[in-house]
Amino acid sequence: MTPSPETVLIQNARVIDPSRNLDLTGDILISGGKIVSAEAQVPPEGLPQGCQVIPAKGLVACPGFIDLHCHLREPGFEYKETIATGTRAAAKGGFTSLCCMPNTQPAIDSAAVVDFILRRARAEGVVRVFPIGCVTKGRHGKKLAELEELASAGAVAFSDDGDPVHDANLMRRALTYSADLGRPISNHCQDRVLSRGGVMAEGWTATLLGLTGIPAAAEEAMVARDLALAELTGGRLHLAHLSTAGSVALVMQAKERGIPVTAEVCPHHLTITDTWALGNKGTNGDSVGTGGYDTATKVYPPLRQQADVDALVDALSEGIIDCIATDHAPHDVVSKRVTYQDAAFGISVLETALGSLMQLAHRGKLSINQLVERLTVGPAKVLGPSFTDLATLKPGTPADIVLFDPDLEWTVDTRQFISNGKNTPLEGVKLKGRVAVTLVEGKVVYQALNTREQGS
Amino acid sequence: MPVGNLTANGAGRRHVLDLDDFSPQEIAAVLDNSRAMREVLGRDIKKVPALRGRVIVTLFYEASTRTRISFEEAGKVLSADVINMSASGSSVEKGESLLDTGLTLQAMGINVIVIRHPHSGAPYLLARHLDRVSVVNAGDGLHAHPTQALLDLYTVREKLGKLEGLKVVIVGDVLHSRVARSDLWGFAKMGAKVTLSGPATLLPPEFLRCKGRLPESHALASVQVDTDLDRAIDGADVVMALRLQSERQDGGYLPSLREYVRRWQVTEGRLSRARPGALLMHPGPMNEGIEVSAAVAHGDNSAIQEQVTNGVAVRMALLYQLTTGNT
Amino acid sequence: MSQEDIQRALVRIAHEILERNRGSKELVLVGIHTRGVPLARRLAKHINQFEGNEVPVAQLDIGLYRDDLSQRSRLKLYPTSFPAPIQAQKVVLVDDVLFTGRTIRAALDALKDFGRPKQVQLAVLLDRGHRELPIRADYVGKNIPTSLEEQVKVRLTETDGRDEVALVRPEDSGK
Repeated sequence: MTPSPETVLIQNARVIDPSRNLDLTGDILISGGKIVSAEAQVPPEGLPQGCQVIPAKGLVACPGFIDLHCHLREPGFEYKETIATGTRAAAKGGFTSLCCMPNTQPAIDSAAVVDFILRRARAEGVVRVFPIGCVTKGRHGKKLAELEELASAGAVAFSDDGDPVHDANLMRRALTYSADLGRPISNHCQDRVLSRGGVMAEGWTATLLGLTGIPAAAEEAMVARDLALAELTGGRLHLAHLSTAGSVALVMQAKERGIPVTAEVCPHHLTITDTWALGNKGTNGDSVGTGGYDTATKVYPPLRQQADVDALVDALSEGIIDCIATDHAPHDVVSKRVTYQDAAFGISVLETALGSLMQLAHRGKLSINQLVERLTVGPAKVLGPSFTDLATLKPGTPADIVLFDPDLEWTVDTRQFISNGKNTPLEGVKLKGRVAVTLVEGKVVYQALNTREQGS
Repeated sequence: MPVGNLTANGAGRRHVLDLDDFSPQEIAAVLDNSRAMREVLGRDIKKVPALRGRVIVTLFYEASTRTRISFEEAGKVLSADVINMSASGSSVEKGESLLDTGLTLQAMGINVIVIRHPHSGAPYLLARHLDRVSVVNAGDGLHAHPTQALLDLYTVREKLGKLEGLKVVIVGDVLHSRVARSDLWGFAKMGAKVTLSGPATLLPPEFLRCKGRLPESHALASVQVDTDLDRAIDGADVVMALRLQSERQDGGYLPSLREYVRRWQVTEGRLSRARPGALLMHPGPMNEGIEVSAAVAHGDNSAIQEQVTNGVAVRMALLYQLTTGNT
Repeated sequence: MSQEDIQRALVRIAHEILERNRGSKELVLVGIHTRGVPLARRLAKHINQFEGNEVPVAQLDIGLYRDDLSQRSRLKLYPTSFPAPIQAQKVVLVDDVLFTGRTIRAALDALKDFGRPKQVQLAVLLDRGHRELPIRADYVGKNIPTSLEEQVKVRLTETDGRDEVALVRPEDSGK
């Protein structure tokens, strides 16, 4: 990515910068890829010639979103997604930084693969890409990966993704060993013995569908274990995509006790429940419709019950959960056009994340400012101090900015997705709130064709 | 895609996936027509032309004797052409090839696909993607077995004269039983009171834990759970024993068959606590001496053979229903 | 037709059946569901009164023999029962209205599954014309010329609570 030399003026936006508790109507002036000012209105007379003006009346302007958890599938699964398509989808969703998970083929367990991804991102990507390295070699859970080498090559965190570190002793060593690397270990908490055979959340819906359930305890048992290990080692633990009320309670207790832990939650776990598997977008009541067994709802951790959703929203609002991550998991059509049991886990999230999350703001569960905070400052904190500049509109920092219309209604149509992954349960669902423009380092990397601003 | 504009008696129905979308009137209508089908089965010439020119494929991804033959006989008595297709017994076919198979059958002009599949929801996959074929669920994973439930309902209604208000006890491995799931819907919708009994490890945790979770208006709100079979069977009109797969011992569900037999086998002694004339049923195949004692299996209360005969009639009634009013 | 008209027509048909078959020997009346069944029973009663012996009455549902199954909304099936064999007997099919003839064709198909009668005759309360098949009735209560749009409603005490025949014109059908 070459920094854009031009001057850009974002005019008349609602400028929200949670890093500085800023929420005002004003302009953002960008020059040479950096923010010059992001407060007062800039008089047009003073602008240099050829300055690009983006009229932003009615739009929110805030730091670009940072996704701690997504799957770009490259290398190895380019038929599901590539760095080119994934980063463009991210730009459309307002994300300017992506941390990509190492469940690639080969896995990101060597400097060579980190380097490959960074080079591909520079060549093909439109937003920043930060690889997450493996905790163990090949994600096999047997031997530690060369964590320092990964960190030096550019890995920003460590995770074995969907194959959590099951050996408690190995997890202990990983937390201990990585403590001086300044990078968190992100663990996908799932006791694989308890969750064996499970394809959706244990509960009434699973009972109706005759599908094997995954008990909340499968997640909570490992959350509890990891918290104990974090306390024991002082290592940096990050809990990926929490999905249960019980996990929230555990994290709350841990934070109260001063255990160094951070946690993320996904848009789908904040907005929809397991009843969506019955078909008809969760409106099917207590019976299975012909649209039942919607494999687009199959995701790990599974969609849970309303009480869990409520607990997660509260925890996000109260800061018990630090940030939102998408767990964008694109799949090819065939992986989902099968029986529920055979279908791949995962939802394509990047392009619907903001629209989904804005429901929480529209329903008054979180303010827009809080949401923006959990998408910017929150994840940046998890990654460490060197990322603060990506989560602010402070003058002198890189101009990674998203403009979005909080009230624009639109209908999810996967044919319009840039992502190769069309796997979303939200197909056909009406959302309110949509990205208008995304800039990375002052350069427009996404611009919607039909924002209200341009239509008027 | 919703099932469509169903009238109360089910005219316009295209698929039979489970009983949860059947109204009590529609169930009653199927049972009424099943009686007429029983009459056809009693004739010297067991053949009527109702489904002449229709093609039914039985697509079985799991071994089955009675269900498959029952469907085949039902189709043939109604003069349909019945083609039996089985997936290779050794490897479970993947879902995509299942859908491909469905699309191929549709392109060949098949009218009805009767499917059995080890994965819950497999018939829904076909129903969602096929627009010119009726899909009949002959058992999907742990989910449903609606035609078995209908034949159970028919058998009880013929033997006891009614369904409403009866106490039905389903005993055994409810957790892994698609028959139990469909029976629950069927009996509950027809106003019977169902009690589930068996080892707590083999009862759906939701029913164990969430007593009173369902709104009173829900069809399954009246379902009771009692792990004590002696107590559960008290005053029962129908006792339905489910098949116990012997591998359940390995998963930690059961200490031993011996202990299962001691606590949950339907014996003469236990059956004597039920109402006089209570029916003993079993969806088969039965492990005689495990779920049910030999004396009970062949005793006066047993309706097990009757169930099998009725299965053909009920399936005829369903196939007839799917073919009328659907071009 | 009033109740008396229906009664008179049935008495006359009963006489005609006996006359034509020289008594009630070898006779089996087969009522076609739904209203042919009570009509057959009534005819049997009259015949019994005249002859003093029981004529067997069978009931036949032709739902499974229709050639228009796919065009009709779901059809309820009624019990079919033959209390006496029809092999080598004289069968009189009984129905309320003879219209296109398709019901009778289906009934003829059904009959052959129960045996090979010596002869099959047809008795109907009404013949409204518009035949689509080469079928005619041997005994007719009344011929009613109708247009295709009209509906003929036969009500019988056994099935509808009263005896009545009414012609429903399309413009009346909403009432």
